[in-house]
Amino acid sequence: MQLNQFLILSAFLFCTGVYGILARRNAVLVLMSVELMLNAVNINLVAFSAFSNAVSGQVFALFVITVAAAEVGVGLAIVLLIYRNVHTPDLDAVDQLRG
Amino acid sequence: MLDHAWVIPLLPAVAFLGILFVGKRLPFKGAELAIGAIGVAFVLSVVASAQWIDRVESSTGEEHGLAALGHDVLVVPAGADGEEPPPTGAEEPHTAEGDEDHEAAPVDPVVHSVTWWQSGGVEFTVGTHVDGLTTMMMFVVTLISLLVFVYSTSYMRGDDRFTWFFAALSLFAASMLTLVVAENTLQFLVGWELVGLCSFLLIGHWWEERDNSAAAIKAFLTTRTGDIGLIIGIIIMFFAAGTFSITGINAYALSEGARHLLLVAGAACMFAGIVGKSGQFPLHTWLPDAMAGPTPVSALIHAATMVVAGVYLGARLYPVFYEGFSIADGGLNLMAVIGGVTIIIGALLAFVQDDIKKVLAYSTISQLGYMVMALGIGAWVAAVFHLFTHAFFKALLFLAAGSVSHSGAHHSFDMKRDMGGLRPYMPITFWTFMIGSLALAGIFPFAGFWSKDEILVTAGETGFDFFLYVGLAGAIMTAAYMTRCVYLTFFGEYRGHGQPHESDAAITVPLLVLAAFSVLAGLVNATAFGIEKFTEWVEPTVFFPTLTHADFDVGKAVISVSVAALAIGAAAYYFFRREELGALRGLTRRNAGAKAGYTFLVNKYYLDHLYTDVIVGGVRGPVAQASYWFNQRVIDGVVNGLGTTTRRAARLLYDFVDQGAVDGTYNGIARETGEAGGLLRRLQSGLVQRYAFGLFAGVAVLAVILLIVN
Amino acid sequence: MIAQNVAFWIVALSMAGAAVGVVRTRNVVHAALYLVVVLGGAAAQYILLAAEFVAWVQVLIYIGAVVIIFLFGIMLTRAPMQSETALDNDQRWPALVVAVFLLGVLIVLLVDAFGDQTIRLDDELLATGRTGNVGSSIFRQYVVPFEVVSMLLLAALVGAVAIARRD
Repeated sequence: MQLNQFLILSAFLFCTGVYGILARRNAVLVLMSVELMLNAVNINLVAFSAFSNAVSGQVFALFVITVAAAEVGVGLAIVLLIYRNVHTPDLDAVDQLRG
Repeated sequence: MLDHAWVIPLLPAVAFLGILFVGKRLPFKGAELAIGAIGVAFVLSVVASAQWIDRVESSTGEEHGLAALGHDVLVVPAGADGEEPPPTGAEEPHTAEGDEDHEAAPVDPVVHSVTWWQSGGVEFTVGTHVDGLTTMMMFVVTLISLLVFVYSTSYMRGDDRFTWFFAALSLFAASMLTLVVAENTLQFLVGWELVGLCSFLLIGHWWEERDNSAAAIKAFLTTRTGDIGLIIGIIIMFFAAGTFSITGINAYALSEGARHLLLVAGAACMFAGIVGKSGQFPLHTWLPDAMAGPTPVSALIHAATMVVAGVYLGARLYPVFYEGFSIADGGLNLMAVIGGVTIIIGALLAFVQDDIKKVLAYSTISQLGYMVMALGIGAWVAAVFHLFTHAFFKALLFLAAGSVSHSGAHHSFDMKRDMGGLRPYMPITFWTFMIGSLALAGIFPFAGFWSKDEILVTAGETGFDFFLYVGLAGAIMTAAYMTRCVYLTFFGEYRGHGQPHESDAAITVPLLVLAAFSVLAGLVNATAFGIEKFTEWVEPTVFFPTLTHADFDVGKAVISVSVAALAIGAAAYYFFRREELGALRGLTRRNAGAKAGYTFLVNKYYLDHLYTDVIVGGVRGPVAQASYWFNQRVIDGVVNGLGTTTRRAARLLYDFVDQGAVDGTYNGIARETGEAGGLLRRLQSGLVQRYAFGLFAGVAVLAVILLIVN
Repeated sequence: MIAQNVAFWIVALSMAGAAVGVVRTRNVVHAALYLVVVLGGAAAQYILLAAEFVAWVQVLIYIGAVVIIFLFGIMLTRAPMQSETALDNDQRWPALVVAVFLLGVLIVLLVDAFGDQTIRLDDELLATGRTGNVGSSIFRQYVVPFEVVSMLLLAALVGAVAIARRD
């Protein structure tokens, strides 16, 4: 298998995640897009780890998964809090820091 | 004393300072300091004179100490037949015929100097130059000062500023002596100016009267006008001779390489100073007005000493004038002409004065004219001798007039109104005044005869016949107006209001002393008897042109005495027998011609009118108006225009630059910043996704850039 | 090799489709389910790359926990189940441009950099991806990050509770 396959796949996922972050209105959907991006990164890491027979890539990927999980937890807590305040998960409603 | 002559001016200077500081507290209010100092100075002057006489008498005709005097110019006395200067002890042949051979062995003056400043290669010195002329002047100045000081203790008694009067008198004595012993022209100038200042102070002693202070200012300014010439002359002589020292300047004037043009210019300019200070025409107008000062001042300053400072200058720097005015060539020259004119106009004006002091003032002007004329015709000894004798009898006349006023005319000087018939009441004053008048008129054997006669004789001998006639005319007039003066004062009816009595000793003793001198002083140069001591002792023998000395001419002497006596007789006849001369009485009122002449004289030839109204008024009027117009329109116009323009420019600057550009810039910046901020504010949407968009877009761009760059 | 390639392509395409579904669907729950597909596909890829431990952790954690949390979050925030309102905001098209652009850049970069590199699936690779190997690597070389990450988890846990608590 070509390395590039994995890498391009990962790039595609990543950019899709970017689109999701920028374009989605629901806060939870944004978080999901973040998860997409993180997975893209993970695929990249593991691909390189396989490419160079280094195990550290996989270790790194594990750590990323861990951190992503933690991040999702905290992130959703924040989303809940926001929801309690503005009563909608719509991110466009959260513009109190408008200049 | 010759070597320490500087002490003599120092004593009255110290007295001046002493009187200033402690005078009021002394028992005699400072007069004792003044009299003490001048008395000691007089004694020292006598000593110096004796020493000089001894020096002359015992001189063995040493070589000219030219090197010792610091000049390397060999002086060839002018007029010699091209012979070498005589070796030691030889006689100096004179060129004029009919002269005795004089044993004129050269006697160097005693010169000491100290350099007090040095700048640009020029050494400024101060010192003493003592020779016969100096010692004679010192003698005269100290003696008359002493007598006047003593006189003043009585005359000025009770005056509010008695102490200051003596302080000023002491300062004057110190200044005059400084002038007399001066070794260089700068020091001379210092003394000259100081005596001018003292004259101003003393004339205006009673300055509460407006006329007195005006007279003081007039005196100062008129002499100042002459001083301009003096200063320029001193500068010219400095650049000509390369030195300020008197011996140096005289040596230069007599040397072969002297530039005649410079000598003429220097002599003419310095002569202006003489004209001012010694009351020659046309700057004589201050002297009569100076009579506003107290009589002792008039006696000391305006008769005997200060006014002769000009004549002294002429005598001191005689080679300059001699060569500059080409006196040796005979004929008319500026000095003699001015002197001659002064003799006549002074004498004429003395006839129409009612104030006794003014009569004497014009007489002084006339006599000063004699001295200057004598210098102008080459009669140096005659001029100086006349200075010598005139000091005595003129001071005597003034002091006697003061005595008359003080004790006889109730402090007035008006002869017509307050005097007359004072002879029985004031015998000493009368007889001394008579002696003075006779001396002034030139009657044998009084002092004035010898000196005036010598002038006349020299005028005849050296070919200046015209001036001989002028001198004779002056002598006639002098005799006449003095007779008028004596008559109006001492004879006839007493017209005054006071109780005339004789003055006290402090006044009469100086009168007697001066009278004695007026009788005897002439005998030092009684050429009729072959005595020529004055000439021997006083005439310089080095750095001095060879002059002709006229012999005593019996004929001329007889003529001069007789015309004087005739004048006295005629005037006396007129006055004593006035009632019988009805035709002459009131002539000036009846006859238009006589009246015109009288008016002309009374208005002093309209000279004062000329000076104040024509010259000064002409300047003040149109010139001043023109200057004022120029100032207001042009200068002020420019200045105001500048100011207005500046203001407008400032306004423009303010409006455009400051408000517009600068403030505009700043305000604009602030406003734009605000607006930019307003614009930028829109970026802060508060929406996180928008921020994220910006983030990723930037990342994309950066990635591209990195890609391209790498 | 062919088998792996085919497997790869199938998995990859489904992952891509699901990813697009995540960001394009109007139903939030559908998005979560699409995400499950993506995550599962990622796990499959890991296995293809002989990283078995990572793959199973992926399934366990991501699909097993993270997605559950997402679903809880969706439920708690009363996200609209129906598509009443569009789930995309105003900057869809600019976002699309940026995303595509970024994709283009990345692809160019990757092609340029890693042109024909291949991954050799051999025993060495298998040995590398064994769990024991990974574990020993964690607990030997990377023990410090491991401990730090556990602290991080603790902090996140506490933080999440602190933030979301009703008080």
